[in-house]
Amino acid sequence: MSVLVYTEADNGKFKKNALEAASYAHKIAQELSTSVTAVSFNVADTSPLATYGVSKVLKINNDSLKTFNANAYSMALAEAVHKEGIKVIILSSSTDSKYLAALLAGKLKAGYVPNVVAAPDSVNPMVVKRMAFSNKGFAHTEINTDIKIIGVSNNAYGVHENNATLNEEDFSPSINDAAFSTKSVNVDKVVGSVTIADADIVVSAGRGLKGPENWGMIEELASVLGAATACSKPVSDMGWRPHGEHVGQTGKPVASNLYIAIGISGAIQHLAGVSASKVKVVINTDPEAPFFKAADYGIVGDAFDVVPKLIEKLKEFKAQNA
Amino acid sequence: MINPNDEFGLTRAMWFKEKQGATVHVATVGAATVEPTMRKALAIGADEAIRVNAEPTDGFFVAQQLADVIKNGEYNLVIAGRESIDYNGGMVPGIMAALLNMNFVNTCIGLEIDGAKATAIREIDGGKETLSTSLPLIIGGQKGLVEESDLRIPNMRGIMMARQKKLNVIEPVNATHATSDKSFDKPAPKGAVKLVDPENVQELIDLLHNEAKVI
Repeated sequence: MSVLVYTEADNGKFKKNALEAASYAHKIAQELSTSVTAVSFNVADTSPLATYGVSKVLKINNDSLKTFNANAYSMALAEAVHKEGIKVIILSSSTDSKYLAALLAGKLKAGYVPNVVAAPDSVNPMVVKRMAFSNKGFAHTEINTDIKIIGVSNNAYGVHENNATLNEEDFSPSINDAAFSTKSVNVDKVVGSVTIADADIVVSAGRGLKGPENWGMIEELASVLGAATACSKPVSDMGWRPHGEHVGQTGKPVASNLYIAIGISGAIQHLAGVSASKVKVVINTDPEAPFFKAADYGIVGDAFDVVPKLIEKLKEFKAQNA
Repeated sequence: MINPNDEFGLTRAMWFKEKQGATVHVATVGAATVEPTMRKALAIGADEAIRVNAEPTDGFFVAQQLADVIKNGEYNLVIAGRESIDYNGGMVPGIMAALLNMNFVNTCIGLEIDGAKATAIREIDGGKETLSTSLPLIIGGQKGLVEESDLRIPNMRGIMMARQKKLNVIEPVNATHATSDKSFDKPAPKGAVKLVDPENVQELIDLLHNEAKVI
């Protein structure tokens, strides 16, 4: 009864969160003295999974499953669980994984703990550490059910290499038309740009920028760093920036390696949303801004002076380190 | 307080009531201490409230209780919040949908109902997706379902009327407690910020590269 991991892919290539989920699955499998089985959807080359401790992959190759569908995907995973006698399922924290995890938990009557940030405290009983109180703290949560689902937090446990020999097996779950009672009509996505969920670096700005017309330098800074752009709540509420950029307690969570906050004071609700980022840099004219207490590095200065200089120096740095 | 994600749903429910003749009931799993908050929802315009008299120990337990309420009430649209801001489980709407075999759209930022048909917009990583589905339907709503500036607040008339509206208390059904929180931790205390002179941004770049190793 191996550990099952849902490995998400984009255009046939595994996402970083898939490798993190696989790494976590491997850790659990080790502690349970068992192995890791992955499920992939329309991925031609699953060999990368071997590096992260996966020894078997159930490869689904199905045109009707080319676009993500939470209900159909959860049915496929449930079938894999029954087929392989699985007791532990690992997913990532992506929007799609969270959508499908809840359905899967209901279908399997499985206890589900999302936002898990570290290797398990124990596997018998299964106790895991997860984020709570909108990232202001942690809970150690025990899963009491026979089948258990764990959602791994972005960029927390991390990616760990453990070379395995990968056996590929074709898997055709029985998904009928009824599975698609909710179906995708249109996807509206900026192709090629880094999303906040996947970014290593996030460049964020707030009311200190004074108006939406001043965002050019934020976008340029993000571009130089290969970063995603984000913003504070007031700025998205005022329509200066799209809702999708709002990070914070009621917006998106940020768990990137680096978070640069420009002209953001650091209200508690904003900090809650970005606390999982590893390194925080704050640029603000106000030395009393609460964000400086949560920051690793800071510059007390005018963003309109500092950011252009930073862009210039970063361009030089990138050129030297190419 | 009403969970922020649920507030957006309640305001959207008011739109369905006013424009499409919906009847709106609100339901919660909780002790009597949650009743003032439920009265606030009634003051905003909900018609009736149902409180399941139990502690909301975990998402699976809550989902089972509310699934029973939904089944008995034969509701055809259930508006829930994507997640609560205390434990961020984000699972109640999805588990209810699985238990009841109802359609489900999560991270819902738009919803239109036309007879038994529904068009929903969900937020995805990097954009949004339009979905076509039908009632009976459960959504996990969030900011964007309505604009922040459109959120309803109770007025005096609503507060007076809320006093006459029914708040039914029912006992919980037998249900599983799937998870239990054993202990809680605070994050590790932070060291002081390293301030860099605004005239010397190069120093920041060096620190980020050599010390933090993030660029």
